[in-house]
Amino acid sequence: MESNFFASIIFLGFVFTTLAITYFASKKTNTKENYYAAGEKVSGFQNGLAIAGDYMSAASFLGISGLVYLSGFDGLIYSIGFLVGWPIILFLIAEKLKNLGKFTFADVTTIRLKQSKVRILSSIATLITVLFYLIAQMVGAGALIQILFDLPYELAIWIVGILMIIYVSFGGMIATTWVQIIKAFLLIFGATFLSYLVLKDFSFSLSNLLDEAVKIHDSGRSILFPGKLINDPISAISLGIALIFGTAGLPHILMRFFTVPDAKSARVSAFYATTLIGYFYILTFIIGFGAIVFLSNNSVYFDEQGTLIGSNNMAAIHLSHAVGGDIFLGFISAVAFATILAVVSGLTLAGASAVGRDLYVYVFNKGNVNEKKEIKVSKLSSVLIGIIAIFLGIIFEGQNVAFMVGLAFAIAASTNFPVLFLSINWKYLTTNGAYYGGMLGLVFTVLLVILGPTIWVDIFQFENPIFPYKYPALFSVTFSFLSIVIISKLDKNNNSKDNRDRFSKMINKAYLGKK
Amino acid sequence: MDIPSKLRKYIAIKKKISLFFSLLVILIYFSFILLIGFNPSILILSINNSSLTYGIIFGLSIICLSIILTLIYTLISNFYLDKMKDNS
Repeated sequence: MESNFFASIIFLGFVFTTLAITYFASKKTNTKENYYAAGEKVSGFQNGLAIAGDYMSAASFLGISGLVYLSGFDGLIYSIGFLVGWPIILFLIAEKLKNLGKFTFADVTTIRLKQSKVRILSSIATLITVLFYLIAQMVGAGALIQILFDLPYELAIWIVGILMIIYVSFGGMIATTWVQIIKAFLLIFGATFLSYLVLKDFSFSLSNLLDEAVKIHDSGRSILFPGKLINDPISAISLGIALIFGTAGLPHILMRFFTVPDAKSARVSAFYATTLIGYFYILTFIIGFGAIVFLSNNSVYFDEQGTLIGSNNMAAIHLSHAVGGDIFLGFISAVAFATILAVVSGLTLAGASAVGRDLYVYVFNKGNVNEKKEIKVSKLSSVLIGIIAIFLGIIFEGQNVAFMVGLAFAIAASTNFPVLFLSINWKYLTTNGAYYGGMLGLVFTVLLVILGPTIWVDIFQFENPIFPYKYPALFSVTFSFLSIVIISKLDKNNNSKDNRDRFSKMINKAYLGKK
Repeated sequence: MDIPSKLRKYIAIKKKISLFFSLLVILIYFSFILLIGFNPSILILSINNSSLTYGIIFGLSIICLSIILTLIYTLISNFYLDKMKDNS
């Protein structure tokens, strides 16, 4: 196939460039500042691009455009939820995070709480979030690369796994940041051009495109309305909460705010990230409707059963061929591959930092570890996490892993976010409140997901779910906040002078920066 | 720890602005979500019988509004609040 050749050339170009960057970055990863935070030398605009790169996964590019292709309006509900977390991060978290922390978000939550307990909680929650997110990405990557490049599933997983280990262990945050920036640029460019090719046939009118899509789609006008995805208020609210607060609790995203020099650049990077991600989601909406129009009556893109070859998630890929031919298909395929690679690298770095810094330095060694050793352990952890991800990716081949991203968001929203939010906003938070309350929230979230429809019914094959909702966040986030607050209130030193002094000192630093 | 009253004023204003913007975004977003949950029939109505429904317009406007609100917040902070902090 000709497109395969182009895809391979472009992808090899991406790998070669990023490996060269990793080589130069590897000479600098001997300090903590460089390894975890790219020396705090990333500019606001660069970090905005890198955040967008970290956040716009193949799941959002292919998944959301596939969802729009399948059911129209419902796809938009997801994109809006994924975006709205961003303004909230800017208004409530970004600047304070930069002013208070150094390398991981647990640096912030432990400013006025006891190190070991809170770091245990943060690192467990981080590792669970990262691992589930990684498995979902790896399984998706294997399947996608199998279709795009005709490579065996396992080989695809190994390629992704080994490249991400090289980026993260040798190049640390410097290499990871550049991988994200290049990928974000490619993805935004690819999606823009794809939308351009779609819209130029409709004299650049969204309304004309929608009219045509309604005529062609089997469901007719109902693709313009909210449909099956969310049909009751509780699910709608719960999904909204998971997406908003989950985004604000994703460890690999929070970590990016430490790579800029000051609070102002953190703010600017959140602005650019919001703009790029918002623009990108508008494009996925156009791409999804474009796929309805250009693919539906074209039998080459369907198998005998009448479903899109390689599932609905391939809508954007097939569309690139339908409107742009072999060369553009090759380009978009390579971009999809690069996208996966970039996202898993960001996740692996966040996981490695949780092990190397939060667990190894602060929990096991009470902070008494020299810089060289800390970096060594972090690098080894990234290799270990990479290997685990490769094996889990292979084990879960062909399994339904869609719930794993949902679970990752639910845990981020119900554990990381409440602890982080209360630690910088609530005077009476205590170590025990954060630790036991957060742990209870974590366990409760996992339980609700297991007992809910996605695992209890779809995977364990029971007839009825014990917990009826697909999205637990409304219940689990409320539960976490309540348990953290109640346990803190029961703690006898919650109103001690010491606690209040530490809080007001922290607040000043959060707003005024490190002086 | 005591800090000058000017800085205390800066912190108070900054807190209020962040809170205001956050509540605004949450209000807009959840009114969309609640309409989907409770009263989707409003979102189904279309403009001039075209395929552009109020739901789609509302949805795409939320994306644009998010970008505009982050821009306004960033500009206020960069050109007004940061100076207030540095001068006190």
